[in-house]
Parts: sequence; structure tokens; C-alpha cells
Amino acid sequence: MHTASVSVPLTLLGLLDREPSHGYDLKRDYDAFFGRDKPLPFGQVYSTLGRLARDGKVTVGASEPGDGPDRKRYSITDSGRTEVEAWLTEPAPPEPHLQSVLFAKVVLALMLGRDAARYLDAQRGSHLRRMRELTEMRRGGATMDVLLADYGLFHLEADLRWIDATEARLGALREMVRKP
Amino acid sequence: MSTDLTLAREPEPGPAVSRRSILEAHDVHRSFGQTPALRGARLAVGTGEILAVMGPSGSGKSTLLHCLAGIYTPDQGEIRFDGQRIDELSDARRTQLRRTAFGFVFQFGQLIPELTVSDNIAMPLLLGDVRRKEAYRRAGAWLDRLGLGGLGGRRTGELSGGQAQRVAIARALAPQPKVLFADEPTGSLDSLTSETVMDLLVSTARAEGTTVVLVTHDARVAACAERTVMVRDGKVSALTEYEVAS
Repeated sequence: MHTASVSVPLTLLGLLDREPSHGYDLKRDYDAFFGRDKPLPFGQVYSTLGRLARDGKVTVGASEPGDGPDRKRYSITDSGRTEVEAWLTEPAPPEPHLQSVLFAKVVLALMLGRDAARYLDAQRGSHLRRMRELTEMRRGGATMDVLLADYGLFHLEADLRWIDATEARLGALREMVRKP
Repeated sequence: MSTDLTLAREPEPGPAVSRRSILEAHDVHRSFGQTPALRGARLAVGTGEILAVMGPSGSGKSTLLHCLAGIYTPDQGEIRFDGQRIDELSDARRTQLRRTAFGFVFQFGQLIPELTVSDNIAMPLLLGDVRRKEAYRRAGAWLDRLGLGGLGGRRTGELSGGQAQRVAIARALAPQPKVLFADEPTGSLDSLTSETVMDLLVSTARAEGTTVVLVTHDARVAACAERTVMVRDGKVSALTEYEVAS
């Protein structure tokens, strides 16, 4: 899926905005909701929490007795809560995702006298294969899987529409990139 | 008898040799007046395969579907179903073939608005000489299967777009056709309804072992198929290789 990476510090802060939590529980929740393809290493959890504490975004409670190595409870501060609020309110930059790569390949193919339409067809096939995988994942999947698959499917579909439009304009583009 | 795809006449693009072809187009040409729609189209569809046919507007994809289904006859070339040429059959034989071996779903369900949902589904069975009681029993079973239980007595004009397309699918599959032809079956539906309809179409066709030829311009609909081919300038090219569905 061609998505911008999730901000780990802001996501952990968001989880702490829900309720104070231990590092282990934060990692478990992060992996369940946001890190399905890429679980968060414990080391990164604690280093991130350390930086958030240093910056005054979280406070660290005293160690509590119990199972496991880490029994410190982390709580969000007002400053941290303000940051989460701002992040949630601000729209994410409309990332161009694959566009720049596809565009560069098409332009270079035309410049080098290669078959750009063939490349676009190969890319179209590759996109459709991935869309089929995501469609299978959607079918009968849990709501979380459906939503994640939908996100990928809609983005891939947008790429495909761009591929179709570019193919229709290859003639004009070829003229443009041709050396005078 | 179906044609083994390893034979010398193997058309391209076609499914892997692991599936025998049920439908084939060999070098098919078809024009409308002076305008050519197909210019040497070649295609093989495997038995039980769910194939999507994509292409820009005017590329010839719907004409290809109509030729494969025996609705149009090619100006040149051959169409084979189960190994037999259907382009040489009389109109009456092709009509009979469409009624007994093929099912159709179009963009707008093309249901009969004066009849009830059950009547619409039972209609092709009655035309196929199934007794009335049995036809309506089967229609009822299809209603339940496609989540339309309780709607059998409704006039089709009272249905939502998604419900109407599900009725169209039930009507097409009730006579147990070997091939289902679907031309933009979700073209008039919103995104979520389209997904529901496609999920039902694919899962039901798989359960029945029905071959599906699906014409669509929608990549999300094509992604429901096992293989996709592209029609461009009246010819067919493979977009994705054959893959066995999980």
C-alpha cells in the first residue's frame, strides 16, 4: 500500500490521550491498530517515550510492582494533548505517492525512445494484481482489514486513472520531451 | 468437447494449460458500417474462470462480449463454445444456446417491471420448460441466497439499484448457465453497493462453477476477477497472467 508512514510519537501520544498506559500495553495497542504490517520494536517504544518525556509531552510514573520488565505508567501532559489535538485537526499533506516515480519513468522512457505504453501496461497489470490481493483481503475480512484494504484500493485506483490519462496523452508528451 | 489449450490453434491471450478453455475467439473482426470495432481479437476463457475485460470507451470490449455470447456474429474469424463453432449456427440455434448455456447481467438489470421479483427469476426457468411449482421453488431459493428474502412479491420497479442487480444475477444464474456474461454490472451503482453486488456475483459463480466474462471500465470491479485482459483498438492484450483463485 502506498501510504505515508504513520508518526510513531504522535500515535503513542494519541493512545496516551485515551488513558495512561504502560509501555507494553502501548506497543500492543499500536501493533493492533497501526502496525499490522510492521510491529513496533520495544526499543523504539521506550526511546520514543523517553523523548516525549524529555520534551514535556508525557510524564513517567514510579515503577509499579507486577509482571514484566516495565511497570512505569506514562501519562500525557497538557502540552502533549495540545499537540495531539493540533495533529488531528490538521489535514495531512496530499502526498503524491507514486506519481513522481511513474511520471519519471514515462518521461524517461519517451526520452530514451522506449515503449512507454508498454511500461504503462506493465504498471497497470502490477496495480491490478495488488488490487486483486487487497480485494481478497477485504472479502470476509474484519472491519479493520476492510478499511485498510479500501485505502489501498482507492489509491491504486487513482494511480490507474492517472495511467489511463497518461496513455491517452503519450503522443503530446512525446512531442514535448523530444529534443529540438 | 472443449479444446485443449496446448493445441496448435491456441489463441492468445489465454489461461494457463491447467484449465481447458470453454470459450474462444480466433482472429475475430467485426465492423459497424465503416467503423471497425474488433480487428483480429483473440481470446480464450478457461472453464470456471472469472475474467475481466477492460478497455477505454469504444475499444471494442462490449462488441467482444456480444460476439463471445453469440449475440453478434463476426464478419471474420471464429467463436467457439465448448469446442464447437457458434458463429456458424443459425439464429434459432444461437438463441437456444443463449437460453440454455449462457446467462446475462447488464448495467441496468433489464428486469421486467410489470412482474414481481419471483416472476423475473422464474421466467428463464419457465421458458426452459421447468414446471411452474419447481421454477418458483428455485426462484425462492435464489432470493434467499442473494439476501433478497421477503422481496419475492415486490414489483422490480420498487427495488433499489443494488437489489435490482442482485435479482438480475439470480435470474441469470437460476438456469445454471455454463457462462455468465456481465456487461458493466455495477455501472449504475455506488461504490459500496457495487462491492456487495460483485462479492455476491463472484462468490455465487465460484460456488456454481460458472465461468464469468465481465466487461468493466472499473478497476475495482476488475480486481474481483481472476484475470484481466485489455481491449485496445479492437485487439486483446493480457494485463495480468492467469492466477488460480484461492
